[in-house]
Amino acid sequence: MGRKIAGARSLRAAIIAATAMTASVTGATAQEENTLRFAFQGTLNALDPYSLNETFTLGMLGNVYEGLTKRDEDLEIIPGLAESWEMLEPLHWRFHLREDVTFANGNPFTADDVIFSAERVRAENSDMKTRIPADSEWVKVDDHTVDVKLQTPNPILIAEWDTWYIMDKEWSEENGLTNPISARDTNPGEAAYMANGTGPFQIDSHEPGVKTIYTVNEDWWGEVEHNLDQVVFTPIASDATRVAALLSGDVDLIEPVPVQDISRVDSNPDTDVLTGPELRVIHLGFNQIRDELPTSDVEGENPFRDARVRKAFYQAINIDAIKTRVMRDLATPVPLLIANELFADSGEFERWPYDPDAAKELLAEAGYPDGFTVGMDCPNDRYVNDEAICQAVVSMLAGIGVNIDLNAQPKAQYFAKVLAPGGYDTDFFLLGWTPSSFDSWNVLTNLATCRDESGAGGPFNLGGYCNEEVDALAKDIVVETDIEKRDAMIKQAYEILTSETSHIPLHQQSLAWGKRSNVDIVQRSDNQVLFYWAQVH
Amino acid sequence: MLAFTIRRLFQAAGVLLVVALFSFVMFRFVGDPINQMVGVDTSPAERAQLRQDLGLNDQIIVQFARFVGNAVQFNFGISYQMKQPVAQLIASRFPATAELSLVSALFALLIGVPMGVYTGLYRDTLLSRLFMAISLAGISLPTFLIGILLIFVFSVHLGWLPSFGRGDTVQIGGFWTTGFLTKSGLLSLILPSITLGLFQMTLIMRLVRGEMLEVLRTDFIKFARARGLSRRAINFGHALKNTLIPVITITGLQLGSIIAFAIITETVFQWPGMGLLFLQAVQNVDIPIMAAYLLLIAFLFTVINFIVDLLYVAVDPRIRLGGSPA
Repeated sequence: MGRKIAGARSLRAAIIAATAMTASVTGATAQEENTLRFAFQGTLNALDPYSLNETFTLGMLGNVYEGLTKRDEDLEIIPGLAESWEMLEPLHWRFHLREDVTFANGNPFTADDVIFSAERVRAENSDMKTRIPADSEWVKVDDHTVDVKLQTPNPILIAEWDTWYIMDKEWSEENGLTNPISARDTNPGEAAYMANGTGPFQIDSHEPGVKTIYTVNEDWWGEVEHNLDQVVFTPIASDATRVAALLSGDVDLIEPVPVQDISRVDSNPDTDVLTGPELRVIHLGFNQIRDELPTSDVEGENPFRDARVRKAFYQAINIDAIKTRVMRDLATPVPLLIANELFADSGEFERWPYDPDAAKELLAEAGYPDGFTVGMDCPNDRYVNDEAICQAVVSMLAGIGVNIDLNAQPKAQYFAKVLAPGGYDTDFFLLGWTPSSFDSWNVLTNLATCRDESGAGGPFNLGGYCNEEVDALAKDIVVETDIEKRDAMIKQAYEILTSETSHIPLHQQSLAWGKRSNVDIVQRSDNQVLFYWAQVH
Repeated sequence: MLAFTIRRLFQAAGVLLVVALFSFVMFRFVGDPINQMVGVDTSPAERAQLRQDLGLNDQIIVQFARFVGNAVQFNFGISYQMKQPVAQLIASRFPATAELSLVSALFALLIGVPMGVYTGLYRDTLLSRLFMAISLAGISLPTFLIGILLIFVFSVHLGWLPSFGRGDTVQIGGFWTTGFLTKSGLLSLILPSITLGLFQMTLIMRLVRGEMLEVLRTDFIKFARARGLSRRAINFGHALKNTLIPVITITGLQLGSIIAFAIITETVFQWPGMGLLFLQAVQNVDIPIMAAYLLLIAFLFTVINFIVDLLYVAVDPRIRLGGSPA
């Protein structure tokens, strides 16, 4: 029973466009209460806040749970469950906890809960181990004061604590959640689907992949800024269905809006699109660790070890064309491997200019006047228009005589091939990176410090770029507590990376949320969907 | 008869085993489940440990034996993503798919059979031609296109029907949830069941039409006419009755493919059934769910085939399946 689907895509697009133009949407059915109905492309699975270190899950749980710190609308760190904190000595921090906080089940929030959570987040099955140093010592001073003793100074100790959610010790122990749930547990039971946080919302019911209902936590300690009574979350995987659901008023907020549908959603009088740069930076990388590239016709040497070849690739890429044509202006080109917002001195850097002639000269200087052939790995369902970006790069590099064999695959296969378990099997690749701490050290240590074959070192430095100076700087940056000195060292590291063209940074992709016009919500550039800033009119 | 039944049972078990093996080998190529289970910061060493703990480093034959051993006890393991037993997950999604398939099958039968009879009796009327044109669309248009078309006409443009989901459901007994008892549940059923049932409907219509044309030419209809029976008695009492045997066979077999094809419809309408669960599992390389689902569908087809085989023998004594060495 084979069904023909060839050519259906363009037909579908035409039909959608035609119907949308005439769409006169009747308003959402009157709700007695203020309900925000939200649809996202992926599913919310287990609710254990230490099971999966991933933006969407952490954002959804961030409506229910809270960390010792929080981040405001501009991602500045603000007090959360800790009212204040101080660094008594470089190795000794003190945190003063809020005293008026209770968990959703009524239990009071105390220092015991913090110490329990600090143990639990470092336990075996936790996916959030990077949140606190493994060798730090946590001491209860009194019921609302906690001391943290470190082995090495750490200027960014609290950078990721807004998503390290504090759990109730008593409740966790009662429900068999003393340790994070593991995939190999034979019977995790219902505990994986329960939540008990201190946040502004509670989870009323949760059917993973179907529907999750949030209700308001009436006893929340903070000042309420939303006017919601209920939030209903539904995953809608199909792009067309998600957009249709917004246009027809069946949902109030969707994420993401596919790039090709943005103008349609925006032109509808009852719906708007919120866009803004996301913190993720898309970049291209070169394999510099192999002696010879298996996918290349160059024998006996690795052309990517020559910085001139890397710079030639860089200058052959017309970033403006990628921005306007492929990304439809929903991208911000960047000069560094970190988002502009996340590094204060990023304004002092500039991209190498687009210059195919200079690129050809560089190639000739390096000994490849006629170019060469190399394979490229690219995901096709991970980043916005990822495969289209790769195709554009392929045609641009053809302009300087480099012939690319593009291998675009779904993320599951792609990552299996290019990450450590696949033996970093790639010669030239596209990857996106968001530093979870919003700090440059995360970028340097993951993407640009030397690694060996097994991934010890920079685990996501897929190409194995290696410069001892950058390594040394990274080691100093992580312990330097003087912010000015630290920034200077970061800048120095970026200068080295740029001058050697370690990678080719491309752009920050844009966020695109669709909403009904009667909904106001804050779009934070880390892409967490936080209901406590939502208003329904 | 008993020997026949037992032989068929063994064959069915063999088929299931082969399906299980094929799906298992296939999973080696769908990608790395570990990467979908952890965040980007997780170190390679921890990933390797997780891989070891899940038994993904064992020989494929060892993994397969373990899977089959557990499957015969209805233990399909824990979903990598959802951290819940797979059997429980599939059971919780089964009612949605079952109700959708049932309504689709009814829609296909109740509309398809009368349309087929009509077009068979009155071949050249305008209405017949219209029905044939509709059936051509139903056969040639892909399911997801029909679904999206319906959504945009009836949800976005007209605003009559919900664009996705199952509406409000009512819990019956321990695990069954039904959308039949609420208004939004019934409204939500309309578009997906038309989408899913349209192909079957046109198939049945064309089958009935063809059979009708054939039967109407046979001698016993001529005799019936000669006896002076009413048209009604001839058309429905004799002709239609004789066309129904193949229709029933096909419908039975199609029920299996309705359930299997529900994957596409469920995705377009975000219908929270087994098909959607399977598709989400494929995206996340959630091997336990994929394996269990494929096995379940194979099981379903095998059971239906088995019953049909038995019915053949029971209904038509001329058929002696495997009864003689021929």
